[in-house]
Amino acid sequence: MTAAVRVEHVTKRFGDLVALDDVSLEVEEGGVLGVIGYSGAGKSTLVRLMNGLEQPTTGRVLVGDAEISALPERELRRVRRDIGMIFQQFNLFRARTVAGNVAYPLRVAGVSRTERDARVARVLDFVGLLDKAHAHPEQLSGGQKQRVGIARALATSPRLLLADEATSALDPETTADVLALLKRVNRELGITIVLITHEMEAVKAVAQQVVVMEAGRIVERGSLVDVFSAPATPAAARFVRSVLHDRPTGATLDRLRSAHRGRLVTVRVADRPGFTATVSDAFAKRRLSNELVFGGISELGDRSVGALTYALDGPGAAVDEALAELRGAGIAVEEEAAG
Amino acid sequence: MNGFLADLPTYLTAIGQTLFIVLVSLVVAGALGLVLGVALAVTRRGGLLSNPVLFAVLNVVVNIVRPIPFVIFVIAIAPVTIGVLGTYLGPAAATFALSLAAAFAVSRIVEQSLVAVDPGVLEAARAAGASPLRTIATVLIPEGLGPLILGYTFLFVGIVDMSAQVGLIGGGGLGDFAVTYGSQRYDWPVVYITVATIIVLVQIGQLVGNRLARLALRR
Ligand SMILES: Nc1ncnc2c1ncn2[C@@H]1O[C@H](COP(=O)(O)OP(=O)(O)O)[C@@H](O)[C@H]1O
Ligand SMILES: [Mg+2]
Repeated sequence: MTAAVRVEHVTKRFGDLVALDDVSLEVEEGGVLGVIGYSGAGKSTLVRLMNGLEQPTTGRVLVGDAEISALPERELRRVRRDIGMIFQQFNLFRARTVAGNVAYPLRVAGVSRTERDARVARVLDFVGLLDKAHAHPEQLSGGQKQRVGIARALATSPRLLLADEATSALDPETTADVLALLKRVNRELGITIVLITHEMEAVKAVAQQVVVMEAGRIVERGSLVDVFSAPATPAAARFVRSVLHDRPTGATLDRLRSAHRGRLVTVRVADRPGFTATVSDAFAKRRLSNELVFGGISELGDRSVGALTYALDGPGAAVDEALAELRGAGIAVEEEAAG
Repeated sequence: MNGFLADLPTYLTAIGQTLFIVLVSLVVAGALGLVLGVALAVTRRGGLLSNPVLFAVLNVVVNIVRPIPFVIFVIAIAPVTIGVLGTYLGPAAATFALSLAAAFAVSRIVEQSLVAVDPGVLEAARAAGASPLRTIATVLIPEGLGPLILGYTFLFVGIVDMSAQVGLIGGGGLGDFAVTYGSQRYDWPVVYITVATIIVLVQIGQLVGNRLARLALRR
């Protein structure tokens, strides 16, 4: 089976700056890949290689059978008609109506007028904006604008949809609507999606596979649940922590330390029956004072991930014993380093 | 003032000449300036047809020509005008010189209007598979239309101004009329009637431009 997208050892330089450093990945046909990482990690550059808006300095990019990185601009234009793209700022044409925006890629593709009208109506209906066909973009809310962006991207019935921070300019409620729509695009239309984001909500809701990027490299990859419940690299752990908000850092950590006696210990939530009982038993039977001072648990797919931070006070040896018992039971435990 | 009634046919002819000069120059300068302004906007680094060398050349040419005072420009290109039209006097010659000068002036206004267009929409067109030329025609210019129309309104006012100046050097039109039949005969009412006519002309142009711009911007 051919992958929908294949990136092979791609490096991209802008002058001296290395935006992508030996990046390889595959997106399976019909899948949703979430690309996450902080701003400047190289996510947008990566996605722009997939429709040839940028060309790699070295390496290859393939979409279906087309070798994007080897095609001249003329050929690329034809390939781009089969790849939809949506943007953080929507990038709608203000001079055109909603229908005019959606019809634009069809005009470019030379689709006849009757066929065009039919397809515009069909995709506008799919995104639930048929009644806004004659409105102008500035009359729409942010969420509606992005739905028009999605309709425009779907007009030519592409196989692949590239979404660069598609929900980052929206409020949480609207974000959820747009994410639900993207999920339908994937499930009902079978379109492969590459979703770039720095937001937990977006990956969580739509992605099946995840890659974590940092400083132009992919530092971690795997299924959504695996990466979030057990990040293997410090970089991924840092990102996961910052989006899950389940571990105290910086000022919060300092405040907790001065407000509580004893050692601060973080236990990673294990999704299994009796987890909390195991933890509290280990503390109680050694008569350790244990206070839950910080924590967060999120639902990911059908699993819970997160961490709980306790302030443990008692004899040092007893604390060490309790931690050893938890580790023995397969529960990840980390002590928050002294400040 | 009694003189004015006698000169009424000349006055009407002068209005006709001014309208001819202004409208033809507006169209010719508008078209030339649009081409030049689009070229300036798209050839700059990072533009749709980025070409730093061509941009540098165009930029220098516009920078050299544009600041030349109009009256001096008309005299300076008189040999060219004579070469093309056989004379440097009269409305046709005035129109020729004026169109050239105004084209350079408006090219900067066009450039500024287009450079202000959100690069995101150009990227959306590119991602949809549009070629650069198609993007210029179907996205860049339509998206910059509001400011462009205001720019052309400004051009219209400027051309009325310049048309009066060519009048002073034998170009015909209202400027010529105001001097020949007004100030040179110390017939001040004729001068003021001419001034009023020009004011009305400019007001009408400004009004139409503002309306059109508002339509394009939907405000
Ligand atoms: N066209 C460009 N010219 C120069 N530098 C660029 C360009 N595009 C991106 N970069 C740089 O490449 C790095 C990665 O950018 P980007 O892919 O936009 O990251 P992200 O989308 O993860 O925030 C950044 O340092 C950015 O400044
Ligand atoms: Mg980005």
